[in-house]
Amino acid sequence: MLYLIEQCLNGIQLGMLLFLLAAGLTLIFGIMDLVNLAHGSLYMIGAYFAATFAAVTGSFVLGAILALVATLVVGMALEVIAIRRLYGRDHLDHVLGTFGLLLFFNELVRLIWGPAGMTLPLPSEMLTAVQVLPGVYYPAYRLVIIVATLVVALLLYVLVMRTRVGMLIRAGASNREMVGALGVNVKLLYTLVFGLGAALAGFAGLMQAPILTVQIGMGENILILAFVVIIIGGIGSIRGAFVAAIIVGLIDTMGRAFLPDLVRQFVSYSAGSSLGPSLSSMIIYMLMAAVLVFRPEGLFPASSK
Amino acid sequence: MHRFALHRVWDTRGEAEKMTALLTPRNVLLAVLLAFLALLPVYSTLTGNYFLMSLFTRILILAMAAVSLNLIMGFGGMVSFGHAAYLGIGGYAVGILAKEGINSAFVQWPVALLASGLFALGVGALCLRTRGVYFIMITLAFAQMVYYVAIGLDRYGGDDGLTIHKRSQFFDSVNLSNRAFFYYLCFALLLLAVYVVWRLVNSRFGMVIQGARSNERRMRAIGFPVFRYKLVCFVISGVMCGLAGILLANHTDFISPALMFWTRSGDLMVMAVLGGMGTVFGPVIGSIAFLLLEEGLSQFTEFQGIILGPMLLAVALYARGGIDGILMGLRRG
Repeated sequence: MLYLIEQCLNGIQLGMLLFLLAAGLTLIFGIMDLVNLAHGSLYMIGAYFAATFAAVTGSFVLGAILALVATLVVGMALEVIAIRRLYGRDHLDHVLGTFGLLLFFNELVRLIWGPAGMTLPLPSEMLTAVQVLPGVYYPAYRLVIIVATLVVALLLYVLVMRTRVGMLIRAGASNREMVGALGVNVKLLYTLVFGLGAALAGFAGLMQAPILTVQIGMGENILILAFVVIIIGGIGSIRGAFVAAIIVGLIDTMGRAFLPDLVRQFVSYSAGSSLGPSLSSMIIYMLMAAVLVFRPEGLFPASSK
Repeated sequence: MHRFALHRVWDTRGEAEKMTALLTPRNVLLAVLLAFLALLPVYSTLTGNYFLMSLFTRILILAMAAVSLNLIMGFGGMVSFGHAAYLGIGGYAVGILAKEGINSAFVQWPVALLASGLFALGVGALCLRTRGVYFIMITLAFAQMVYYVAIGLDRYGGDDGLTIHKRSQFFDSVNLSNRAFFYYLCFALLLLAVYVVWRLVNSRFGMVIQGARSNERRMRAIGFPVFRYKLVCFVISGVMCGLAGILLANHTDFISPALMFWTRSGDLMVMAVLGGMGTVFGPVIGSIAFLLLEEGLSQFTEFQGIILGPMLLAVALYARGGIDGILMGLRRG
């Protein structure tokens, strides 16, 4: 039972992380109609910045804030220099161009920070375990991730649904030309949206940095999971991304935690230990396939958001 | 349209004009390229430069994968971002059977092709229900699923991969371990693949596929079951890429999940686009260019991506016709 609660929390934490990435991706896709494979690179860059700034300033929180700002700046610069030229073109061009950017960023990071990974040590007060329920202890930092992401999700909701910029973002998603015709600086709006997406990815990276090793290519695996999330949630829908991220996070974590044991109940031990991990890594893709069969547009199609 | 140009030339012009029409920079380059590929093992054997032959064997194999991708992407407009999965499935079928002691190619190869075809059938049946960006992401996601399954296969090396101790066995007289023989086998199969794609796209079947790329609704309205056509095309492409996977496993004597990591699918896509999508020989040129560039850059810098990355962006932005398109431009200009 304790194990179950712990795994639940782990699943939610993974879901939160996926949401941060998926929200940026889906926002950028919904508004600029751009497929961005370099999104994982921004996640990686956020983590590298956080590790570097935290080492320089000696403070985790200060390092994280600086890293967030730096990733935002990198994202906006990237949009102005390269991404902007890809708008309105074929999706294949987006894939090729941003794949090139991904290669570029991987090598750039290797050039600047070297091939060895980095670690981001946590402040000691976050290393303790917190009693979440009577008798259930959970690492404080993982709780911090969950809470911080929820706050970010709430801020994002307020930004998109309750502010003037958010109104323009939503308007841009439904009719680009009209927004431009009404005198809104669409170029600037796009740069801001891309920067916002980059900052969200960077935030995910820097929050995850103390748990994982900060290394080259760290964004490549998680990017595909974020894709699965937005396919399930419905491309272009932030609400869909939130729900799907939690579903995917929970199912993936639960599958990895319990499926191997479950499989061993039915087949021999040795076959089970080989089959279990393979099966559990397939579950979320099966879920994606099922969603596609029954609701090809995702759980929350963007048109009805 | 230049795919059909040759036919028209034969029909309408005189002998002398035919010759000059054939002597375009593009065709000359192709002829030189094919001659070079055909003679390479001779050079390698004479000089003992086996590295070059090994490099080009790899290029030929990946070119076959790019040709298969081009069939659905260039002609069918189906942007599959998961083609490395078929390389992996073909390779793993060979590797797993070899590990279980079955070395006969007469078992290994059909099993590998069948497995690739079945996977393509399943993925295609799901993906083809969607279009555009969904299609890209879903093919990507399913390929990544196969990647994780391979990592989970503890018995077959898991993350570390699996060494293949014995290459596929045909008759006693046919030995895949002979480097020159293996090279020529890959070369012949690549030419066969190009020929098959050429025949396909110029057939009625190919016309339907290309028609569906231009306007699917219209094709359906004329009465073609477009979904089935596209699915068959998708499966053919998957099987062809599976064949490349078989060859790749035999070439490297080793398989690992890294074979089908999603960036590998990206590489294949780059090869197809770089050479020129929608032309039968384009992906071959693209693969040679891309892999030689990668190899060449690695000679003097370990940071190839710094140059390759922006180059890809430039190709996406300014040179969508790829190398083939540039060569065609020379002819016109």
